[in-house]
Amino acid sequence: MVKVRDSVAFMRGAAVVVAAWLICSGLIAVAQTKNSCLDCHSNLPEPLGVSVETYGQNIHAQKGLTCAACHGGDANNDDPEKAMSRAAGWKGKIERKQVPELCASCHADAELMKKYNPSLRVDQFQQYKTSVHGMKWAKGDTKVAVCTDCHGVHDLRAPSDPRSNVHPTNIATTCSHCHADAEYMKPYGIKTDQFANYQQSVHHEAMMVRGDLSAPTCTTCHGNHGATPPGVANVTKVCANCHVFQAQLFDTSPHKDTFAAMGFPGCVTCHSNHAIQHPTDEMIGIGPKAVCVKCHTEGDAGATQAEAMHNQLTALAAAIAASDELLRRAERQGMEVSQPKLQATQARDALLKARVTVHAFNDSELKPDTDAGLAVTRQTHAAGEKAMEEWRFRRVGLGLSVVAIAIALVGLGLYIRNLEQK
Amino acid sequence: MASPVTSVRAWLDERFPLDDLKALAQKKKVPVHRYSYWYFLGGMTLFLFGVQVLTGALLLMYYRPGADEAFESVQFIMTQVQFGWLVRSVHSWSANLLVFMAFAHLFSVLFLRSYRKPRELTWVSGILLLFLMLGFGFSGYLLPWNTLSYFATKVGTEIPAQIPVIGRPVLLFLRGGEDITGSTLTRLYGFHVAILPAVATLLIGLHLALIQWFGMSVPPGVEKQWLARPAEKKEIRFFPNFVLRELMAWYVALGMLGALAALFPWSLGVKADPFASAPAGIKPEWYFLSMFQTLKLIPAKLLGMDGEMLGILAFGVIGAAALLLPFLDREKPFNTRRWISGLACVFLGYMAVMTVYGWVAK
Repeated sequence: MVKVRDSVAFMRGAAVVVAAWLICSGLIAVAQTKNSCLDCHSNLPEPLGVSVETYGQNIHAQKGLTCAACHGGDANNDDPEKAMSRAAGWKGKIERKQVPELCASCHADAELMKKYNPSLRVDQFQQYKTSVHGMKWAKGDTKVAVCTDCHGVHDLRAPSDPRSNVHPTNIATTCSHCHADAEYMKPYGIKTDQFANYQQSVHHEAMMVRGDLSAPTCTTCHGNHGATPPGVANVTKVCANCHVFQAQLFDTSPHKDTFAAMGFPGCVTCHSNHAIQHPTDEMIGIGPKAVCVKCHTEGDAGATQAEAMHNQLTALAAAIAASDELLRRAERQGMEVSQPKLQATQARDALLKARVTVHAFNDSELKPDTDAGLAVTRQTHAAGEKAMEEWRFRRVGLGLSVVAIAIALVGLGLYIRNLEQK
Repeated sequence: MASPVTSVRAWLDERFPLDDLKALAQKKKVPVHRYSYWYFLGGMTLFLFGVQVLTGALLLMYYRPGADEAFESVQFIMTQVQFGWLVRSVHSWSANLLVFMAFAHLFSVLFLRSYRKPRELTWVSGILLLFLMLGFGFSGYLLPWNTLSYFATKVGTEIPAQIPVIGRPVLLFLRGGEDITGSTLTRLYGFHVAILPAVATLLIGLHLALIQWFGMSVPPGVEKQWLARPAEKKEIRFFPNFVLRELMAWYVALGMLGALAALFPWSLGVKADPFASAPAGIKPEWYFLSMFQTLKLIPAKLLGMDGEMLGILAFGVIGAAALLLPFLDREKPFNTRRWISGLACVFLGYMAVMTVYGWVAK
């Protein structure tokens, strides 16, 4: 009896579960957004073809938008004639000149964008209109970059996606598609060596070799949607976004007003722009690699200052190298020198600070930093000398101990022989 | 009138059985045969233990247990204390040589079958002493509180945690909590300088008393030969003849320790950072390397059981078999004698291969 009651209860439960599953799956099917365009276009060749895989990686598709969001039409209709009818609002191919406004129809709408990404800015179109690209576009130039040239079209990904054209590691390559194309840039009369130069730069090395995504790429200095070349007066401000102290010191230096008066573009005057190399101490002074001699001549006040600064920097760098080498040698011999090695970092910090202070272009401001570094290297060098002296002492001690032990062994051997001969 | 030395000697004789002890030492004989040099290994192990006690006591004067102080105090010993580097390096090198010598002594006793009746308890106390020495090694390894010792202890304490039922309580007991912290350090310090030395002193006393009581074992082959031809039997006095020879060996060991300490001072490493990730390729000390490598190679599932647990179980069985070896060596009902040396050879070879493999493996 109990068994029969249990079977009935089980059957009722199963029926409820099956009914619930059927209802839910029906509701899900209704709620799903249909994109009938892909049924045909995924099988078409380029340029009309868009594979399901490509479209699936599109950030818009991932947010639930269909082809109709840009192209119009009715993506829910399986009949191509009706889906791509003017009555259904179908626009067909989007012309390049229409792209910025089409994108802005959503991306400049703060209320709409909040639904998808509340933190996303909505001023891209406003910025674009102030850019060189945007201004030329407004004048009807269709060769200039529009949104899709940088962001992509059907494979458009979020900028944080490493595969995105506008991910920091890809931006320079994206810009180079036009700006390194001499033929394409010919009408604009601007150089096309920026990308090649950038690839030689310390900034490129930081970004691509060291993987530092905060390192500058094209948009860091030129802006992205409001892209424009920084003017002479603005270069220092652009560099100062990262190189804060160097810029502050430069502003207090005699070079600031002089450069401005002569029309020199601040930082770029000595460091260049796209091909910025890792700065060396040779850049300052009157040596063959010094940039100071571009304006100063040997013996003038500026050259004397530059030479004094060069000497201070190289003296500290040499003292650090000598101390490091000595400590390394002591460590190789098994000596415990972790404390002086740690202390040596203070000297390196002082050198780093001095290399920044150089931008005040005043050797008396540099001296406290280099003196502090030299004082540390004197201590670390002395610690290294002491460690090596201790190492030599140990060697001598070991030699004497071995001799003493050998004598004791011989003595014991003779004593045992004498003992056993009795 | 008696000289001051004679007077002091006479005073002592009335109060301490010095002459009786001397007579006992002189009465004891040490057999001389082609395997006699293996007798030196036990004495050498004892000497190294003495070095450990002496250098350990010196280190205690400056060492400060505690996560914030341990590394700095060892650094201070290595750099500021007069001959601190020598004491610490000798302590570390001697610890390694001690374990090596203890293993060498164990296998020499095993292959010469010196564990046979009536020396079963001498063997058992010796095996317990070897376990204690490994315990000394494990507990002392963390004390400098450097990166290597920190993570090696972390891995080491995770191994017994695999044992069913008691695994977790054992882990908590060893660590003094969930993680390796200052509590683990003070706990292992307590084991290293108080508990283990106390137990070791008792066991060494027992081990030496048993050796003194039963004398040196003569290998069965030599024993048979001497029984057949008693004239070939050769012996020397334990004191002074054997002791003086042992002293020569100790001098050699002392010279070797001094050379190792001077030429290859024990590295201090980098202070442990509990928040840092473990350095790649972290390995335990060489004497745990064969076990470590075995556990690394063992499949995750073996015979339907957890592989690591099975490995730990196998080590336990081997340890128990080693402890009870004299009682497993018998002719009836099965003749196990011929198997023991063979299995020991295989085990020794396996340990050597796994140690080398563990050393070179990434």
